[in-house]
Amino acid sequence: MDNIWLVLLIGGMITFSMRFSLIYLFGKFEIPETLKKALHYVPPAVLSAIIFPELFIQDGALNFQLTNIRLLAGIIAIITAWISRNTLITILVGMAALFILGSF
Amino acid sequence: MTESRKAFWDGVKAEIPLLIGVFPFGMIYGALALNAGLSTLASQMMSSIVFAGSAQFITTQLVSESAPGFVIILTIAVVNLRHMLYSASLAPYLKHLSTKWKVLLSYLLTDEAYAPSIIQYEKEGIKPFSHWFLLGAGLALWINWQISTALGIFLGASIPDDLQLDFALPLTFIAMVVPVLKKMPMVAAALSAGITALLAFSLPFKLGLILAALVGILVGTLLEKANG
Repeated sequence: MDNIWLVLLIGGMITFSMRFSLIYLFGKFEIPETLKKALHYVPPAVLSAIIFPELFIQDGALNFQLTNIRLLAGIIAIITAWISRNTLITILVGMAALFILGSF
Repeated sequence: MTESRKAFWDGVKAEIPLLIGVFPFGMIYGALALNAGLSTLASQMMSSIVFAGSAQFITTQLVSESAPGFVIILTIAVVNLRHMLYSASLAPYLKHLSTKWKVLLSYLLTDEAYAPSIIQYEKEGIKPFSHWFLLGAGLALWINWQISTALGIFLGASIPDDLQLDFALPLTFIAMVVPVLKKMPMVAAALSAGITALLAFSLPFKLGLILAALVGILVGTLLEKANG
């Protein structure tokens, strides 16, 4: 391996550049209307793309079975979020569901 | 309390549940980095120089395999590609800020700072002090990440596995995304992205996440157009 500090510095600069890129560019130029509309779908799309694998993938494989307690606890959390619209309640119910289901 | 302070603390508060989920990951990262042969200083500094969980885990793995430097750099770039999506998504809300602010907020722009902030901005719209919200969320996560890394380095990853604190992360994201799903195109965007993420989960370097997000954005936008 080459100099780790150089690797970290360049890696950090690239990471920063990507985070800064469009915040900077869209400050200079107008954002096209179509793109603006499309950007509203980033949060639901990205969050779901993070959530689904967390619930459905167990030990590196898809698991749609009732033995997958993260999936069950996740579904309970989704219903809780739908009804309560409250972050704290959703997390508490979801964690409690995970513990209770896991203790069987 | 001034408006900027209030926005800042609202951001910190919104970040708290995510901190619980992230803390064990920080400790695991610290312990793994040391194990991989990185020095104490390099292990700790990676958390502030790169400041991106997934990229740091993969870097650690590559270091332990003695991968060449350019491979590590390239991998960090690909794993962090998704941040360009966050950058684009937040850009309209940060447009009016000075370059100094944009630099600071960009440095703090992680998955976990992006999520609560964009949800807040889409709900409340942009106000003169809204950027303090992102600063609060981002700074809270940054401090949490530095401390958890340090604890992982010095204590090893000593949080018991059966606590399953990492599950707080998807739970918080669920609590954030569900209230947003009011209209058909939003629901379709979420479902199509989720299903694509499952189909593509074996892709390396978080490429599945990017692909899934793009599919979700496309589906949502097309449906919105079709519905007029």
